[in-house]
Amino acid sequence: MADRLDPPIEQLLREMAPQVLSPVVRRFRDFAAAEDAVQEALIAATEQWPRDGVPANPRGWLIQVASRRMTDHIRSEVARRRREQVAAEEAERLALQVEGAAETVDDDTLELLFMCCHPALTPASAIALTLRAVGGLTTAEIANAFLVPEATMAQRISRAKQSIKESGIPFQLPTAEDRAQRLRAVLHVLYLIFNEGYASSAGPQLRRADLSDEAIRLMRIVYDLQPDNTEVAGLLALMLLTDARRAARTGPEELVPLAQQNRALWDRQQIAEGIALLSAALPKGAVGPYQLQAAIAAVHDEAARTEDTDWPQILALYELLKHMSDNPMIVLNHAVAAAMVHGPRKGLELLNALDSDPRLAERHRLEAVRAHLLEMSGEHEAAITNYRNAASRATSLPERNYLMMQAARLSDLRRADQ
Amino acid sequence: MRFILMMTGTRANWDEYAKWSKEDLEQNVAFMRAFGKELKDSGVFVATEGLGWPGEAKMVRAGKNGEAITDGVFPESKEFLAGYWIIDVESPEQAYKIAARASAAPGPGGKPGGIPIEVRQVLSGHADLGL
Repeated sequence: MADRLDPPIEQLLREMAPQVLSPVVRRFRDFAAAEDAVQEALIAATEQWPRDGVPANPRGWLIQVASRRMTDHIRSEVARRRREQVAAEEAERLALQVEGAAETVDDDTLELLFMCCHPALTPASAIALTLRAVGGLTTAEIANAFLVPEATMAQRISRAKQSIKESGIPFQLPTAEDRAQRLRAVLHVLYLIFNEGYASSAGPQLRRADLSDEAIRLMRIVYDLQPDNTEVAGLLALMLLTDARRAARTGPEELVPLAQQNRALWDRQQIAEGIALLSAALPKGAVGPYQLQAAIAAVHDEAARTEDTDWPQILALYELLKHMSDNPMIVLNHAVAAAMVHGPRKGLELLNALDSDPRLAERHRLEAVRAHLLEMSGEHEAAITNYRNAASRATSLPERNYLMMQAARLSDLRRADQ
Repeated sequence: MRFILMMTGTRANWDEYAKWSKEDLEQNVAFMRAFGKELKDSGVFVATEGLGWPGEAKMVRAGKNGEAITDGVFPESKEFLAGYWIIDVESPEQAYKIAARASAAPGPGGKPGGIPIEVRQVLSGHADLGL
């Protein structure tokens, strides 16, 4: 198999993946087997196209090959299933049919997303399946991105497909009433993929599919399908506005917090695009959490220097966000904003509410924010203790190193004063 | 041949580490990053991981009905694994040389820490006793 594909072919195959899977699933009604068949067709393409050239109708080619795999698979199960009629000619006909049915591609991709992000799946399963079936990433790429062996990821995907099969979820668009909820599930999965990519961008990584880029790419597809949905626009804006800061997040220190980033490295074009999307969405009225988070990111991104940050604006936005969601991370960020506007004591008071919140699983974040606010209010001894507690509970090495260094920095100051 | 290189410390060692100066911490982090890169560049790297703080460690035992019974009580002298590197090299001597590099990581005052590194062979799946 070709080690590194011609970028245009690789790109083309990634784009084609969902457009090939949907018609095959629709015709053969077996998502799990169809997904396997499409994978095989994609692999066949990676072997043959660099050699023989890209076919004139790449999508048709892939559908044909996948369909043939499906009929082979079905024929070998003929004793157990009653679909003997499905033959190679059907496969040919199907390939020609879809050629002319361009309008259904969009609906198909949306259906695929709804299926892969079905609430019955665990987030990890939904993420893996979405990246495979809609993103067109190989199992190896996904495994690499999530730091598990390829066989493990293959198994995870296989089990996800099995769940879908067992739950009897039909391959069709959800009813209008379900659609809003199912779309929220899709947005949540894409949000998780983006965060995984964004959070992992600190520090050197082995070669891996860039998850943030992939999340944005998939988000753009969803936006093209649902341009009037303001939360869709909001999430795409949020991703762009956050991703715009990526180059400034890493440096000789593994983690460069927002306040210390070199803003000259921010991607101004991406920021402009995010703001444009947001400006178009907000007036439409249905303001939701993604739009609010995007608005907060926009306020940060618009500040030329840290000291120009419009914290009162940010505080007001967090106050709105708090009404929509009781996510402890929002409470945490709200406390920081309150501290910036009303002083650290105010922020510290607000943090107390989180002490007894069992949902804040990553306690080190609470302790890290508390430490920061204690430092702001001059209580250095307490800040050092909290930084060290946070460090000991940090779930990543970059976070632990950063928190230990904050404690050390303050401790060095105290030592110097003595 | 694969070897695992393990760095451990008692709780007291870990607590001391937490009190290093910022400069000492930075030097140590920089060294570890460079060390990891050396392993990759020289083609011997297999895996590396850093582990969570001993304070968060749990000991799990199976209860009567197979349920997980956890506690966090450990003797003072217990050595907690801080992290490991797994390398693939030609000989044990090569592994010891590399371990010595890791052991030289700078500690307080920037001096080589001399921390002991346990080196063990990672068993392969090879199945040939020539029988």
